[in-house]
Amino acid sequence: MPDEIILKVEQLTKRFGGVTAVDQISFQLRKGEFLGVIGPNGSGKTTLINLISGFVKPTSGKIAYRDKDITGKAPYTIACLGISRSFQMVRTFHKLPAFKNLIVPLYSPRVKKFGGGKYGERDDIAIDLLDDLGFERDSAVPYKMAGSLPHGYLKRLDLARCMALRPDLLILDELFSGMAMSEVAATLPVIEKFNREGLTIVMAEHRLKELFRVANRVIVLNFGQKIADGTPKEAMNREEVQKAYLGTEVEG
Amino acid sequence: MAEAVRYRRERIDRGIKARSDTIYTLASYRDMLYLLLPRILPVAMLLCLPLLLGGSYWGKVIFYACIFALLALSWDFMASVGLVSLGQALFFGIGSYVAGGLNFYLKWPMFLTIPAATLGGALICTILLVPVVRLRGVYFSMVTLILPLLFAHLIETLEILGGTYGLLSLTPFPNHWLAVYIAILAVMLVLFGFRKLINEDFGLVLRGIRDDDRVVMAGGINIYWYKAQAIFIASAVGCFAGALMTHYYQFVGRSAFALDYTILPLAGAVVGGPGSFAGATLGTFILVPLSEALRALGGLRMALYGIILIGALAVLPEGIFHYIERKYHQVERDIGI
Ligand SMILES: Nc1ncnc2c1ncn2[C@@H]1O[C@H](COP(=O)(O)OP(=O)(O)OP(=O)(O)O)[C@@H](O)[C@H]1O
Ligand SMILES: [Mg+2]
Repeated sequence: MPDEIILKVEQLTKRFGGVTAVDQISFQLRKGEFLGVIGPNGSGKTTLINLISGFVKPTSGKIAYRDKDITGKAPYTIACLGISRSFQMVRTFHKLPAFKNLIVPLYSPRVKKFGGGKYGERDDIAIDLLDDLGFERDSAVPYKMAGSLPHGYLKRLDLARCMALRPDLLILDELFSGMAMSEVAATLPVIEKFNREGLTIVMAEHRLKELFRVANRVIVLNFGQKIADGTPKEAMNREEVQKAYLGTEVEG
Repeated sequence: MAEAVRYRRERIDRGIKARSDTIYTLASYRDMLYLLLPRILPVAMLLCLPLLLGGSYWGKVIFYACIFALLALSWDFMASVGLVSLGQALFFGIGSYVAGGLNFYLKWPMFLTIPAATLGGALICTILLVPVVRLRGVYFSMVTLILPLLFAHLIETLEILGGTYGLLSLTPFPNHWLAVYIAILAVMLVLFGFRKLINEDFGLVLRGIRDDDRVVMAGGINIYWYKAQAIFIASAVGCFAGALMTHYYQFVGRSAFALDYTILPLAGAVVGGPGSFAGATLGTFILVPLSEALRALGGLRMALYGIILIGALAVLPEGIFHYIERKYHQVERDIGI
């Protein structure tokens, strides 16, 4: 079924005290889609991702993943269903070698269920995953302490951690922020390949030019509300979107 | 005028450490010795000490040191999951009372009460602490601090389990040697077991929870289930120590929940250097004899003990073990400049 709905968000709202970070947002995501989520700073992108991945409990509204209600479920339960998310602020285990960072998702019930992954093999799987993302296996990089790696590497390490969970839906929160141009250029095709292989991807991004190269649909947020939903071109041509971005720098 | 020769002190890491973390290329007996010495020497010393000291007062102190070392290891294990416990006395007390109760009321022999207290006690402790495992930082610590005090009061006011008098005339160990060697073997087993466990994938997950529990959750791992498992393991060790002490004393009373069993292991782990298990063991093996030696000073004992503690932390904040480890792996030499 190519048109299977993988994610359904209905009237999702999150209030932090007086701030409505996410305001009555609804959208549906079909399997294999590549959705961009854009909007000015503080428009609610991260909060939306936190809501879907279970890190923040919604004030009201509903989230369904593959016809299963996941509203308010624990983050690890949601992760085990196949939704993997990255973090805008890099979060890695600094005191562990880079490849050991991937042991945690590889140790999860979800990955154990896929078989393999016995002790020892996990290290090999981790090295394979990192190799795909530019941590060359023959170099010292995968074995270096995560804390000693440059920021761009940590972002890719986080992406590798997401992929280690063998997700069906990948949610990336500003993966490209802090990456060098060359790193972005090298990472884009990898993400595109994941999408071509059937992975559904949601990507919150400030770097619009790069995003529009891969996303076939975007939703635009402003003050927590969805103000546009469509192809990148349609969305950017809308008056509300142009007004929202007015005065804020738009890259690309 | 004579020219002053200046020297600069240079520190370099020994080569063998740099080779690999897991696979050692043993080039020579010197390398082999270099690796084995720090493991074999303390083990050999620990095994010989009771023979030298016999059943004397200091022979008993070794037994106490082992008991506190087990509690310190238990504390360090919880700390490696990010659970800062102030309640090793809870584990110790529950283990003591389960062993004592089974022996006193049901007349179970020692070789049954100790395993039963270890596993059953750990189960009780885990059930008690699981509801608060979601609490963060100091709130979790507070609960662990209060629970043992609560039990001591319950036993006193409800006059259960012997009330203020405690349970007397429990089965003793056949002799001092058996007790002391069981304790020493337990310390070594737990020490090397924990050091191995924490470096396996399971241990990696536990350390991940301490460093950043959100990343672990994003990795599909139920952190509360893993914390519960860590509490079970840590409390089993603490309960075992309590059960051992109960039969050694042939008595169990409210003092099993006393603050001493919380503070001393904690101090030992911190002074020795937390996070390595060896540090916690070393720390208690220094502090327990020290606190016994200071007994002669009477009232001044606690004050002096406190000063020594603060002094140790001020001079070696990383902990004694980490300092020794670092120095062992470095060579120093003076080079002229
Ligand atoms: N935990 C929180 N407590 C209180 N307010 C919050 C919290 N998280 C987010 N907010 C508020 O919600 C709003 C949306 O924040 P959010 O981080 O989702 O925006 P964003 O689109 O991801 O921004 P950016 O592009 O800067 O990452 C902001 O006004 C923010 O201050
Ligand atoms: Mg954000």
